[in-house]
Amino acid sequence: MTSISEDSDKEKVHSVSVDLNNDASLVIDIPDALCERDKVKFTVHTKTTLSSFQKPEYSVQRQHEDFIWLHDTIVETEEYAGLIIPPAPPKPDFEGPREKMHKLGEGESSMTKEEYAKMKQELEKTVQVHEVFLQRLSSHPMFRKDRNFQIFLEYDQDLTVRRKNAKEMFGGFFKNMVKSADEVLISGVKEVDEFFEQEKNFLLDYSSKIKDATAKAEKMTRSHKNVADDYNHISGALNNTAADNNTAFKKHLEKCAEVFEKLRVSISKVEDRMASDQELKLTELLRYYTRDIQAAKDLLYRRARALADYENSNKALDKARLKGKDVAQAEENQKQCLQKFDKLSESGKKELTSFKARRVVAFRKNLIEMTELEIKHAKNSVSLLQGSIEILKSN
Amino acid sequence: MESPEAARLSAEDISPSSNGPKAEPMLLDDDPDDLFAEATEEVSLDSPERQPILSDGPSPVITPVTPVMISSRADVFDRSPDQDEDEEENRDTFDIQISVSDPEKVGKDVCDSLSLCLQTSLSIFSRDEVCVKRRFSDFLGLHSKLASKYMHMGYIVPPAPEKSIVGMTKVKVGKEDLSSVEFVEKRRSALERYLLRTVKHPALLKDPDVLQFLESSELPRAVSTQALSGAGILRMVNKAADAVNKMTIKMNESDAWFEEKQQQFENLDVQLRKLHASVESLVCHRKELSVNTASFAKSAAMLGNSEDHTALSRALSQLAEVEEKIDQLHQDQACADFYLISELLGDYVRLITAVKGVFDQRMKTWAKCQDAQVMLQRKREAEAKLQHANKPDKLQQAKDEIREWEGKVQQGERDFEQISKNIRREVGRFEKDRVKDFRVVIIKYLESLVHTQQQMIKYWEAFLPEAKAIA
Repeated sequence: MTSISEDSDKEKVHSVSVDLNNDASLVIDIPDALCERDKVKFTVHTKTTLSSFQKPEYSVQRQHEDFIWLHDTIVETEEYAGLIIPPAPPKPDFEGPREKMHKLGEGESSMTKEEYAKMKQELEKTVQVHEVFLQRLSSHPMFRKDRNFQIFLEYDQDLTVRRKNAKEMFGGFFKNMVKSADEVLISGVKEVDEFFEQEKNFLLDYSSKIKDATAKAEKMTRSHKNVADDYNHISGALNNTAADNNTAFKKHLEKCAEVFEKLRVSISKVEDRMASDQELKLTELLRYYTRDIQAAKDLLYRRARALADYENSNKALDKARLKGKDVAQAEENQKQCLQKFDKLSESGKKELTSFKARRVVAFRKNLIEMTELEIKHAKNSVSLLQGSIEILKSN
Repeated sequence: MESPEAARLSAEDISPSSNGPKAEPMLLDDDPDDLFAEATEEVSLDSPERQPILSDGPSPVITPVTPVMISSRADVFDRSPDQDEDEEENRDTFDIQISVSDPEKVGKDVCDSLSLCLQTSLSIFSRDEVCVKRRFSDFLGLHSKLASKYMHMGYIVPPAPEKSIVGMTKVKVGKEDLSSVEFVEKRRSALERYLLRTVKHPALLKDPDVLQFLESSELPRAVSTQALSGAGILRMVNKAADAVNKMTIKMNESDAWFEEKQQQFENLDVQLRKLHASVESLVCHRKELSVNTASFAKSAAMLGNSEDHTALSRALSQLAEVEEKIDQLHQDQACADFYLISELLGDYVRLITAVKGVFDQRMKTWAKCQDAQVMLQRKREAEAKLQHANKPDKLQQAKDEIREWEGKVQQGERDFEQISKNIRREVGRFEKDRVKDFRVVIIKYLESLVHTQQQMIKYWEAFLPEAKAIA
């Protein structure tokens, strides 16, 4: 079982979504995660001063599926139609390490240091993304009051049963809705509001660009990691050659052994760290915002749907007036549709505006941090390399 | 893969002082199967149709726009005074610079004719500066001559570069495609390294064939095209391997040094091949990284264009520019990875095969000596029989033959001693030189890494204020 404990302070500020956890009345974090077999168990820790909660502090065990359940119930909730719903965290991906874990369980091979480090990195990433999801909910005035959110945080039993029930109730309903809403949007609903017209155009274009950038960043990061791996193998091979007593040149290679060890650290470790940091700051950022952009688009779709409903209700009212039947009902229907649409527009505008601000701040923070880390690693690498060169030259 | 490669002389000719191709000219080519997947097929390019005057004539094909030309310089090699007393090298400081340049296309071969320039202050050369033109086949011919002259004496003759057929065919496809540029540079630099290694060897430096190769404006096309053919080489190699395998009497190694050294070289061979494979993987991945970085740069630029927040949009465009520059850095680094380290390791692996070949030569010499002793024994027995047969002229002949074979045995023993002595010296020199070689190259490589990282620091430090300017 692999676990990580985050020693950093509870008020940790996440790069991908800044300004969370500022409100002390509801503070959530994931201090620990266990990876056993093929499941990850997150420890969700809550500290609260809100009276709606039964206790001021909780720690519960949750699985990834529980997060998805929470996300889905929020998405299905009509009340939140005018809000950008924080994107669901992606499923933890432990392909390789998972097989290793199985083997470990059966008492077979042991993990190499490399594999362990990779697993730990994956774990850190997945914890971050699950944590941010919860913190987005807790920092939003509406979501934090959600009943299911509270259950998620404080219910000390397994949520499996609840999850199953929910699935039976909703099962893919919303997905279908989105699909048709998609088409509605595309079929060119006449947009009167300039703000939303601009937002629509921006989001449509931006979402395809950021998806592409994410894919390219992922490829770049993967190549970078491959290079770091190769350096690791090379330095391992060099070390073996130097250490092997029964090899030609051994006298001379002994002098180089110290240098090779330094090289292993300076080259391969640094490359690996550079690749990881680039992934955390750049690739993860792009991944997150690809999902967030999608959530913003979903909001637009819901609003477009509401607009379509309103227009339909208008037509129905006209028809009713013509026939002289059920007019009152049709009027009521139209009023409600209009209300819904207005509400969505109003909250949608607020949400999209704060979304842009949030996005800009997050990009800024991550780009700065990534750049500073790259500089730091490169400087570190230079000094180690120069040290090695000195040793080799002096021999 | 154990294929004892060496130039094999026919058994009769055991004279060590040949100064010309007495035996069939042979080409020493190592077995590159496991390393260079492309370079396994050695096919005759010197086919009859391709004789001297070619219809196109040499046409300069590719301006060498290769990113990094690593020029090899022998002035790095500094002689320490405590050499073996057997070495008769000059006490001048070893000052010789060789550059191989101006690859020209001749017929189908994109890098066949090259300029070879020599700058030296050594007295054995007639001039301080010489520039000549040579064909690729001339290099191979030189090597085959040297191999036939010196291998059987236990000298480690540096192997010549392969023809690498795949490199050739790639060229036919496009005029200026990158792989052909790479191929040309690869061959050019390989030939340069080959010559430098050859002249670093004290005995080879003084060899008249080498001097002629370096200095004279015209070379006689003495090398028979047959010898350079792939089928011919394979035959030689197999014959040699058979010879060693068929040794009925296993060599009784009285000298532990040889046994130990052979084992050590075996081990080193295995390790170097592993290392080489890792480095080739590195080169490949770094090239991928460069491609992916360039691709990301474009994508980031598009994202920047799409971004409606002005300052963020600008920062993203700047990020794209930085990544583009970094892509170039990766490309340059990949070149250094390849030309400094990967090619060097490839050279080493082939050199070690040459070393192993020299050990095999010693075994062959020993076998010859044994055979001569067996023969002598037989002649003595025959003579003893004839003593009682009363055939005076046959007896005389037998006595003559005994003398002859006594001479051969003595010669064989002398040869064996000489080759053993030579090998000890050669291996000692080889070990020292190669480690120096290795160290110099590693230092160069580390310096290239330092340069890359320093450039990275520059680019990122320039970007930082842009990122901070996002408001």
